[in-house]
Formats: sequence, C-alpha cells, structure tokens
Amino acid sequence: MNSAAPNRWTADAMRKRVRRRYSSERWFHAVGLGAVALSVLFLAFLLTTMAAKGFGGFTQYEARLPIDFARSDLFLDPATLRGPEAAQTVAGADIEGTLTKAASAAYGPQAAELFGDAAVNRLSSAIVANPDILKGQSTLWLPVSSKVDVAAKTKGDDKSEALVNALEQRQSLRRTFNTGFLTASDSTDPSAVGVWGALKGTFFTILVTMLLAFPIGVLAAVYLEEFAPRNRWTDMIEVSINNLAAVPSIIFGLLGLAVFLNTMNLTRSAPIVGGMTLALMTMPVIVIAGRNAIKTVPPSIRDAALGVGASKMQVTFHHVLPLALPGILTGTIIGMARALGETAPLLMIGMRAFVAAPPHGITDPATVLPVQIFLWSDEVDRGFVEKTSAAIIVLLLFMLAMNGLAIYLRNRFEQRW
Amino acid sequence: MQQASGHTLKAFDEDIERLRALISQMGGLAEHSIDEAMRCLIQRDLEGAALIVQDDKKLDALEIETEKRAVQLIALRAPMAADLRDVVAALKISGVVERIGDYAKNIAKRVPLLENVGKIEPLSLLPEMARISNEMVHDVLDAFVERDAEAAVRVCERDQAVDDFYDSIFRALLTHMMENPHNIGQSAHLLFVAKNLERVGDHATNIAEMVYYAATGQHMADRPGKSSSY
Amino acid sequence: MTPNHSTITLPKPEVADAVEPPVERNPKMSAESVSVFYGDKQALKDVSIKIYDDRVTAFIGPSGCGKSTFLRCLNRMNDTIPSARVTGKIELDGKDITSTAMDVVQLRARVGMVFQKPNPFPKSIFENVAYGPRIHGLSSSKSELDGIVESSLKRAGLWDEVKDRLSESGTALSGGQQQRLCIARAIAVDPEVILMDEPCSALDPIATAKIEELIHELRGRYAIAIVTHNMQQAARVSQRTAFFHLGEMVEYGKTSEIFTNPREQRTQDYITGRYG
Repeated sequence: MNSAAPNRWTADAMRKRVRRRYSSERWFHAVGLGAVALSVLFLAFLLTTMAAKGFGGFTQYEARLPIDFARSDLFLDPATLRGPEAAQTVAGADIEGTLTKAASAAYGPQAAELFGDAAVNRLSSAIVANPDILKGQSTLWLPVSSKVDVAAKTKGDDKSEALVNALEQRQSLRRTFNTGFLTASDSTDPSAVGVWGALKGTFFTILVTMLLAFPIGVLAAVYLEEFAPRNRWTDMIEVSINNLAAVPSIIFGLLGLAVFLNTMNLTRSAPIVGGMTLALMTMPVIVIAGRNAIKTVPPSIRDAALGVGASKMQVTFHHVLPLALPGILTGTIIGMARALGETAPLLMIGMRAFVAAPPHGITDPATVLPVQIFLWSDEVDRGFVEKTSAAIIVLLLFMLAMNGLAIYLRNRFEQRW
Repeated sequence: MQQASGHTLKAFDEDIERLRALISQMGGLAEHSIDEAMRCLIQRDLEGAALIVQDDKKLDALEIETEKRAVQLIALRAPMAADLRDVVAALKISGVVERIGDYAKNIAKRVPLLENVGKIEPLSLLPEMARISNEMVHDVLDAFVERDAEAAVRVCERDQAVDDFYDSIFRALLTHMMENPHNIGQSAHLLFVAKNLERVGDHATNIAEMVYYAATGQHMADRPGKSSSY
Repeated sequence: MTPNHSTITLPKPEVADAVEPPVERNPKMSAESVSVFYGDKQALKDVSIKIYDDRVTAFIGPSGCGKSTFLRCLNRMNDTIPSARVTGKIELDGKDITSTAMDVVQLRARVGMVFQKPNPFPKSIFENVAYGPRIHGLSSSKSELDGIVESSLKRAGLWDEVKDRLSESGTALSGGQQQRLCIARAIAVDPEVILMDEPCSALDPIATAKIEELIHELRGRYAIAIVTHNMQQAARVSQRTAFFHLGEMVEYGKTSEIFTNPREQRTQDYITGRYG
C-alpha cells in the first residue's frame, strides 16, 4: 500500500484531474474578482463624475457691492421692519432695482445684470435682520447672477466673461460655500435654487410611507405566517403579494391618481398622497421580507414558549417577532431605498409642479428630491447643470444617512438578542 | 418465553454461546471425574485416582474463566431480562459444578485408603448411586443448554432415588461396622463417599432451580420429595 | 475482628416500589383509547395508561413507535401540527383536557415540557426563568419574582453556577447547563406534571448523570413522564416503564420487572437487543 509505485492517488490521470480542478477554481476566483472590480469601477465612475460636476453647485461666486442705502430709492420704515410685517414690507420694495443701480454705479453699465434673485433674497434677509443698515452706507458681498456664476466657474457668454475679468481685476469676486443651496427652495433662477424644499418634501413623504407601510406590512406578514390557515385563499394571497412587489412603479402612480386624487380629492402634490402611493409600493416588499424573516425563526423557540404556557399571541410578539426583526428591518431598508428614489409614480400624482416654498406639513404641496432633480435636469438654463449634480449628491448622502440609521437599528436589535 | 432470534449484535450471541460452552465443558469434566473416581474405587486403581486429583485443577481453572467471562459480559453488554438471568445462572452453576468436581476429588483421595476392602455388600450399591447422580448432573446441564424448565423439574424428582440409596447404604454400613470393629475405618470412608454422592445429587437439584429461574423468571415451587433424613 | 452486625443499617426500602398503590388511588393523568392520526396515517393506536404523581414513568421503544407523539398529546402540543388529529380521552386530575372548558394555555402551564434539544430563549438567564411566571401573573412584585427565579434555579441544580451571571444570555451556557435552565424554566410556573422528551440525548454522560440525579430529586414534587430511547436510562431513572411498538403500547409495568422478566415477547426482544 505504501510502495513507491504510483497508486490511484498519485497516478497521472489523477494528477491531471487535480490540476484541472485547481485551474478551474482559479478561473472562478478570477471571474468573481473581475465582476466585483467591474462593479466597483462603475460605482467609482458614477461617484467621481457626480462629485466633479456637482462640486461646483455647492460653491457660489459673490461680488462686492457698495450700497448707499440713504441715497437709494428704498423707502422702508425701520419701525415696520421691526414688526411682524417685515418680510412683506421688504417684498414690496424694489430691491432689484436698487441692486441694479448700485451695481451699475460701482462697475459700470455692463454690470446691470450682475445680481439676480439670490442677491435680492440675501439683501432682503439682511435688511429684515438689521434694519439699521438702511441708515447709511454698507459694503456687502452678494451672490452673483447665474450667468456670471457660470462664466466664472466654466465658460459663459462673452459679456459675462468680460464682467468676470473686470471684477477679478478689482478683487471684487470671491468664491464661497453656497449655503443657500441647502436652505432655499426651488426657484426659476438657478443661482437662487436650493434643495431644502425638496428635502423637506422627501422627508415628509418618506415619513408617511414608513408610518403606513411598516406597521401594516409587518402585521400582515405576522398574520399570514403565524395565524392564517393554510388553504387556497392564503396561497392566492401569497401569489398576489409576490406579484405586487414586481409591478412597475408607474402603475402605482396611476392607482394613486385614480384613487387618492380623483376619487378622494386629496390635495394634489401633497406628501400624504405621495406617501400613500409609495406605501402601496413598499408594503409588498416588507411583507415578503417579513415572512421570510419569520420563517427563519427556529420552531424550537416557538415550542419552548408554548411549552411554558404562552398563548399564540405571546409566542409571536414576545419571541418570534424580536428574533425576526433584523430580517424585517433589512426588508424595510430595501423598500425604503426603492421608495426614496422613485420618480415616476410621484410624477403621476402631480409632484412635478413647481413648488417654491417648503411644505409645512404633510398636506401642503411639496416636491421630492428625485423629482426635483428630474425637473432641474430638464431646464434649459446652463446654471442648472451643476445644481442637478449637486442635488444628486445630496440625495445620495440623504439615502446613505437613512440606510445607516436603519442598519444601526438592525445591528442593535441583532446584538441584543 | 423462547429466545426468538439472535441479537442484532452478533458478537453478543457469540459471547453468550461461549459462556454456555464453558459450562458444558465443566459439566463434562465433572461427570467424567465422578465416573472415573467410582471406577478407581472399585478397581483399586491408585494411579487413576491420582490423575483425578490432578485433573481437578482444570475444573478450577475453568470456573475462574467462566466467572471472568460472565463479569465481562455483564459489564460490556448490559444484558437484560432472559439474557441477564442466563448469565447469572451460568455464574452460579459454574460454582456448583466446581464443587461437584471437588467431591469427585474427595472420593479419589480415599481410594488409597480403601486398599484392603473386601467384597463389602454396600460397595456394590455405590456405583448405581453414582450413576444416577451423574445422570442427574448430565440431564440438568442439558436442560441448561436447552433452556428447558420442564426437564429441570424432572431432574429434581430423581433426587429422591439418590436419597433413598443413601439411606440404605448408611444403614448397611452401620450394620457392617457393628459386626466387626475392624471394619469401622473403611466403612467410615465409604460413608463419606456415599455422602459425597448424595451431595452431588443435591447440587444437581440446585442447578435445576437455577435453570428453571433462568428459563422462566419464576422460582421453582417447593421441591417434590423430602431430603435425606441423615 | 468480626463486624458488629448491629451497626450495619439497611437502607430503607423504596416506598413507591415496595407497596403497590391501591387500585382506587387517583392517577394524576390518565389516557383512554388515545389514537393519533397524521392525515390518513395512524401514528398511535388505542393507548390507555395511567400516570401517577409520585413516580417517574418512562416510555421506551424504537424510533417512530409513537412514544413522543403520545407524550405530546399530554399537553396538547399536537394541536400545533395542523394535520394531527387526536381521538380518545385524556384527563388531568379527572378533567378532560380536550374539552373546551380546559384552557390550553393553562394546561401547558400545569403540564410542563422539556425538549430533546435544549432550547433556552435568546434572553438572559433571569428572563428565561422569569418569563413563565410573568405571563401567568404568578408574582406580584419584583422581589417575589426574584424569589421564584432563585428557587427554580436552585431546584434545577443550576443556581450555584449562574447566580453571579443572571443577566448573561441563556444561550451562552454549555449544553448540560442549558438543559437544566430549560428544566428550571418549566419548574418556574409551578407545574404538576413535567414531560421530558429525550432530555439527555444531546448531552454528554456527565451532564446526563446530573440531569438524571435532578429527575430523582424532582420525583416527589412532580409527576414526571420521560421518553427515552436509552434503555439503561429508563432503567436507572424510572419506577414504571411503558414499551411502545408500532404505535401500540405493548406492555406497562414496574421498571424492575420489565427489565428482568417482561411478559411480552416483543418487549423482551427489544430490551435484549434482538429487535430488527
């Protein structure tokens, strides 16, 4: 048995088989690694492109503007400005005209279009914040208009380019972080746009979605898995839910349109409608994930609880559900990620409208971030290009944050049990 | 209850068979010793008698072997019910058979001391008594091998005959001793020989009780017949 | 020196074995003509048996003979299997357990169960034992609950090993400790009967011996029924043994008699290893 002559483990044929096995394993490893590398490459490409394009959207050029308020045409009563009517009073004044005049005065007639809505907003808030500046002269750094912004960042039309050069020579141009992007809402002027309105809309919509989809989905999963009798009806329900999860999202939009808007006459473009529509879409995912998670709870735990004299409800809610929670949360994360990025159904229920003010509640008209991105990407004005990419980055960060929260919650429950 | 089939573990069957074979072997040796001892007594064969005394050692060795195997079987196989009763019976029977062998040895030892025995009438009864006792031993060991409770009971019934033989030999020897004080020595020896043979018969009935218990799990009812009066 | 015989004291005879209880004494649980069907297949045929409360009753038999099925009938665990159908009468203290007047949840608290594979809840040791008393409202204050947990763990022989780590997870214990925890959990609801389904089959010999000793100590307090496929264990632990074969109960009697002189040929074949 131990002779030097080749036995069946060392014969040539066997050795060849071994070599072939090793080489096929290596090949498989290479393919796997290649697939992972390709995915990483795509992801990196996406991220770098977005970052490059969007980075600009987070910055803004500001120009220095000396204004002599005392000598301007602004007739505003400081007393009113300290009262509750301040914002309206300022809105009524011709801030735009004042700015144009001041700009032309400082930099010449070609600077007439130096400032846009963003500057108007900035100046208005500055006046409301500190009405005393109306008494004399001040020098303010105000955000430039979109055309000038684009010209400064990349390349714009000749007039704007010349203006930029002039300003730069006089050291009156600087680049700062565009906080307005995060605090302002939608606007026609790209320099004044912000994602805050869309963020709030997304937040409210997702809130409604989760408050509706999570409890209903989890309880449905629990009932179907633990309490429902096994007969043809429950089989049909299972098939229906599986199919629902695969239905294209735009169908849900049509459903929302028909039921929530036309029949129930709810406010068009409100987060509650969007939330309900998305909840319809997310619930099947949660039910499926929930059922699978409950199926994985070992029957020995159920037996143990029953053996101690727990009722069916106690077994389910004290033992099965806590153990299934990590799986359910995973399903919820998946459903939520899908809902966050949905555009088509929300477009159908009217969230494509131009909403300039952030919503105060779930019944105010709002828009969500993906829709906002879609709308901006449709715009002609070149200034919207970088804003769109910047908004995409914000959406990605938002999604990362929410996913991170969900994963943290899941890990916490996993550890405890 | 019959042993319907063999054990699932064949080695268990083999162990039990080996144990029984040892008992059979011991029985054969013991029977042979008694036969031989009686022959040497009648024929005054001194060498034969010495051989019997020697051979007793074999029986002792077999008893030790049997005991060892029985203990091993209990430890390793954890026998239950009928198997357990079998093993315990084998253990006890080996002890009893060894004692029967000792009686044969005892008889053989007296052969040189009975040199000048003439034609004593009691002497002629002894071979018959020995034959019956030996037969009892043979039959009861057969009953053990066959696990036959009925046969064991029948063996017990024959003990009466042996006891009767002993009674008449006792009386005859007593008379012989009273006739002539010279005869007392030899008669005493012959008395002991008769007693030994009677004890062999009793031991055979003891074995019969063990066989009955092993086979049925019940204890034999009170033995038929009375034991000897002396 | 000869031993002084008067100083040798004989152990007291086992009371439960020495005296056969009078026939009129009430059994703790009794089964009459119990049959169990899984769909069309009959797993248990007409089993009738009485279980008394001061002794351990063992159910032995080859795999698939119905002993576990019968055990699970006693606390209606077969109800959880949709295709199972139980016929016949089973009584606890003279009351039919399948009637609607008997609450199955209460039944399962009075008739506790310990399973083959130790299955502590994935909670702390304290929570494991306290869960039962809590859901049945057996304690009115935290200190009372603490007391119940402590006494249950002591009776299960686990207190000394875990008293300093009651907040650790129950699943972190060794197999033998986990099984004793499950026994403590069953004891905590103060049952009257404890059913054990092959409790030692997943444990090593030392853990097994500890559990067997525990069963011996619990014997006076609870009626214990134990299913085991280890005949030596049944012999060591029980006072009455029932032999099941192909869904029937073949023989039921004193353990000492079953293992030295059984009445039925089938029983003899099984316990001497002549089966199959």
